[in-house]
Amino acid sequence: MLVDMTGTPPASPPSKAADADEEAAPEGSITRLLAEYLRPHRSNLALTVVLQIIGTLASLYVPTLNADVINTGVALGDTGYVLRHGGFMLAVTLVQITAAGFAVYFGAQAAIGLGRDLRADLFAQVQRFSAAEMDRFGAPSLITRTTNDVTQVVTMLVMSLTLLLTAPIAAIGGLALALSLDVPMAGVLLAAIPVVAVVIYFIVVAMIPASRIMQRCIDGINRVMREHITGIRVIRAFVRDDHEQRRFADANAELTAASLKVGRVQAFFGATAMVFGNLTSITIVWLGAGRIANGTMQIGDLIAMLTYAGMILGAVMMSMGVFMMAPRAKVAVGRIREVLDTDPSIAAPADPVTELVGLGELEVKGVSFRYAGAEEAVLRDVDLVARPGQTTAVIGSTGAGKTTLLHLIPRLFDVDAGAVHVDGVDVREMNRALIARTIGLVPQRAYLFSGTVGSNLRYGDPDADDATLWRALETAQAAGFVRAMPDGLETVIGQGGTTVSGGQRQRLAIARTLVARPKVYLFDDSFSALDTATDAALRAALATEIADAAQVIVAQRVSTIRDADRIVVLDAGRVVGTGTHEELLAGNAVYAEIVNSQLTLQEAL
Amino acid sequence: MMGRPGGPAPSKAEDFRGTVRRILHLLRRNPLRLASVVGFGVLMVGGMLAIPTVLGRATDLVIGGATSGGLDFAALARLLGLAVAVALATFAITVLNGRTIAKLAQETAFRLRAEADAKISALPLRYFDSRSRGEVLSRVTNDIDNLTQTVGQVTQRIVQGLLFLIGVPIMMLTISPLLTLVVLLTMPLTVLAARMIGKRSQPRFAKQWATTGKLNGHVEEMITGHQLVTLFGRQAQGAATFKRHNEELYETTVRAQWVSGLLGPAMAFLGSVTYVLVAVVGGLQVAAAMLTFGQIQAFIQYTGQFSNPLNMLAGMFGQVQSAVASGERVFEFLDAEEQSPDPVSEDASALASVDGRVSFEDVSFRYLPDEPLIEHLWLSAEPGQTVAIVGPTGAGKTTLVNLLMRFYDLDAGRITVDGLDVSTVERERLRRRIGMVLQDTWLFDGTIAENIAYGEPGATREEVVAAASAAHADHFIRTLPDGYDTVVGADEGSLSAGERQLVTIARAFLIDPSILILDEATSSVDTRTEMLVQQGMVALRQGRTSFVIAHRLSTIRDADVIVVMEHGSVVEQGGHDELLASGGAYARLYEAQFAQPAIEEETASA
Repeated sequence: MLVDMTGTPPASPPSKAADADEEAAPEGSITRLLAEYLRPHRSNLALTVVLQIIGTLASLYVPTLNADVINTGVALGDTGYVLRHGGFMLAVTLVQITAAGFAVYFGAQAAIGLGRDLRADLFAQVQRFSAAEMDRFGAPSLITRTTNDVTQVVTMLVMSLTLLLTAPIAAIGGLALALSLDVPMAGVLLAAIPVVAVVIYFIVVAMIPASRIMQRCIDGINRVMREHITGIRVIRAFVRDDHEQRRFADANAELTAASLKVGRVQAFFGATAMVFGNLTSITIVWLGAGRIANGTMQIGDLIAMLTYAGMILGAVMMSMGVFMMAPRAKVAVGRIREVLDTDPSIAAPADPVTELVGLGELEVKGVSFRYAGAEEAVLRDVDLVARPGQTTAVIGSTGAGKTTLLHLIPRLFDVDAGAVHVDGVDVREMNRALIARTIGLVPQRAYLFSGTVGSNLRYGDPDADDATLWRALETAQAAGFVRAMPDGLETVIGQGGTTVSGGQRQRLAIARTLVARPKVYLFDDSFSALDTATDAALRAALATEIADAAQVIVAQRVSTIRDADRIVVLDAGRVVGTGTHEELLAGNAVYAEIVNSQLTLQEAL
Repeated sequence: MMGRPGGPAPSKAEDFRGTVRRILHLLRRNPLRLASVVGFGVLMVGGMLAIPTVLGRATDLVIGGATSGGLDFAALARLLGLAVAVALATFAITVLNGRTIAKLAQETAFRLRAEADAKISALPLRYFDSRSRGEVLSRVTNDIDNLTQTVGQVTQRIVQGLLFLIGVPIMMLTISPLLTLVVLLTMPLTVLAARMIGKRSQPRFAKQWATTGKLNGHVEEMITGHQLVTLFGRQAQGAATFKRHNEELYETTVRAQWVSGLLGPAMAFLGSVTYVLVAVVGGLQVAAAMLTFGQIQAFIQYTGQFSNPLNMLAGMFGQVQSAVASGERVFEFLDAEEQSPDPVSEDASALASVDGRVSFEDVSFRYLPDEPLIEHLWLSAEPGQTVAIVGPTGAGKTTLVNLLMRFYDLDAGRITVDGLDVSTVERERLRRRIGMVLQDTWLFDGTIAENIAYGEPGATREEVVAAASAAHADHFIRTLPDGYDTVVGADEGSLSAGERQLVTIARAFLIDPSILILDEATSSVDTRTEMLVQQGMVALRQGRTSFVIAHRLSTIRDADVIVVMEHGSVVEQGGHDELLASGGAYARLYEAQFAQPAIEEETASA
């Protein structure tokens, strides 16, 4: 039978790189990852291999049987023989497809199981990450790694277990059977296999850089597209649509050229496969003719030999196609590895404290912190005390380290020097659940999960009743708009909270923390999207509602913090003053400057 | 805004046939190439079909020689030489055909992408405002990618497959009508098997896709909300949900793969059945001397050639479905209603230079048909005047800006600039006269200098520096590692929010507009930078008609006209003293927002 590999090889699947910004991830060893993650699935894997061997050998056995039918049955006109052996051939075929079917089943189980395990490990690893690692990778990249990259590896594995695995079995088994039929003729196959393998190897080698360039072009065009969409308002305002379209046209032309190059190599691939199949067949007929003429070979064997040539070369060809997918999978593996091999910078304590005795007195003692890779420390020797029932404010210009300071308290990062204590216990000694119960940080950017208003509010306390939620909403000045929503607490919130406005999102986030009832509240510029009147009403409500808790407020507006019991002034990572509004105004130059700058802005101009 | 990282959402196409028809239509736009694909395909398939017959003749020659005792090696060499020639010619044609198909597919992809990009420019802003950017982005990148890659791979196989389906039976008929009938009789079985398996696997695939969506959604959310998960100590719950989805995905995927995986073996089995039937029936015919060995050998090869395209087409099923679903989303994007066509202004020099007299005359507008937003608004600003737009959060202050920029079209009334109805001139002409500094400070990938020169790409370095200096941005830019050549990106990073705002102010300075739109919101800007931003904005406003979404008392008090918005509509307009005296919405707003802290701080500083 002729090689009928007329189609293109299984090309790499379409790019799923929504994230155009991530390039140049290191490549990882596919075999190392597979060796590690296939271990639990080795029984399935072994079954797949055995079944593939049975299936492939059965399919190879059919031509031999057919040769027999032709040599004995057809040539001698023995109809009964033809029918009997035809039945036997069908039985062998049945064995073959049963084996192949179950091979797919067990192979899929192994590959999909590996995907599941890999995803689970990635997810668990990401959960262990601290804010430092999250910043390093970025959320979109981590999402891609946990979802698409895993899919890439699974696809690659499925292809390997079906196509790659059968190639050597078909080649070896086919050769063995060919040898058993006719030794000199089998020599033709023996010679053809390495030649085809080498030629295909060169094509694949040519293919890899071409597809890499293509991938880069895809990333490039996606980046231009992304800019065009995200910047649409500015682009239109500044009348630069033409410019953006020209940039796009360039990127588009580049991608088309790169894709064409890949397409040309692919075209060559299919054609080469076919021509080799045909030439091998012709050679077999030429050589076989002589041997049949002098009686050393039977006609049925010639037909069987032709079939073997087709089967073996087809298998080799398909397996080479799998190698074309390898570079893509390699990149995916590299990106997965990078996540798995990154040690979380925050380790859970060996013998954690799970309960605190005290009202929640927060003490930040001589804390210094430097971001990984940064030249200078963000915080140097910072002290801060927040007592239950008091409000402590932190003020300072952008980059002074206010947000960083707040993030150190619930241990989103670990301090480089000094310590954060709550009720006399270092946060590094507490388990995560205790930190979550004790410290409530309302971040600068409010994020809501998909679900309902109620499910979001219950995030910190799943058992809270509706009355508790409403009370928190009242305090957060959010009850009004929630009541006005079509389904109240049951109103559905889209992922990220995109269905509510920025100010509403911020107030819901505050309410969410109120429901959790921590001992220490940290507000990181949480009132910024609120107008001054709402801001004031909210602070007034907080003063009565969480009167016993310790509050730390970071803010830009002097009016927001001037009533605080204690104001800490941060400048370039150092505490340059602590005291009340009046004390600082009288004796602190930095604070006075901040206050004056706001006054001049509102009054002087 | 988060981009959707999950590839094309694996949903099912709503209108499968219609979408397929449109995809084919795309290919037809290049008739010459499509014709050559078919032409090459015919030649190629012809070559592939010729070889078995030639080889069959060779076999007959060999057998004839074996029985008669003398093999005619010269005749055999001629036949095999012919076979080699056909094989090489077929090789050349196949390469050509592959290249043509790649060209066809890539040209289609090129045009589709170009259309999508042009569409971005043609769509009204309303389209982008009502959808997440990630969603739009996913359509124009992932979906186009998925569609065009599949089109490239599938076109070739379909053309080839169809040619084989036509050509093989013809070749078979020339050998033996009876055997052809045997083969064709097994066809319905093949189709039936494919349909049965397809029917069973489709709902399983749908389930697998749905579960994938659920899992990816959960992962996306848990990672995006990582900080909150940590803060609230909810890792365990997150992990439990993940595990549930992950196990479910495993189950559904294995099931879907199992069922669809049966297709290959089933096809192979039917192929073998056909093969055996042909061998048996053919063997009987050879025995009865109705057929030669060579003919039966050729026929068996044709049987293989016949079942291969069927297998190939069946194997592409999932891929095609995903591509059609992508195609549907792409077409939906391309079909979205475009903004009203740009008028061509009668006066070629219209708005070439502008004094800056702007008036809204009886303007009405609503985003949604049944929610009136702006009704019968009259508003005018003389050249150089400042209009302050005030109101609580979410009052729709940006709506006025959207209307002035013609990002949205009016429902009634008109807006004039220097007495000229702006809807009678090209949008670009209008926008060139207007400078805009938004709260959402968008910088594109490039240097600071390029970003400042965004509206005036031909600007010299001196002009850029002058604009930066006027915007009070020169100093901070010079402290950056590469000064004006520092590369900044669309993603946040090297620059603080205030610094980014300074760059956008410089950008507006450089184009020297007659009309300005400013958004004063400065929630995340520190006080020192805010002073610079404020000074920059004040400097920018000098001598220009300005519309300011105002937050600062000073801006509002000094404005020539104050427009007060509440619940999305204009409720009052006038001067500061006049509005304060009238005791309406403005007075209430003023009391709530400014009076108290201003007085307190005055006393505090005293």
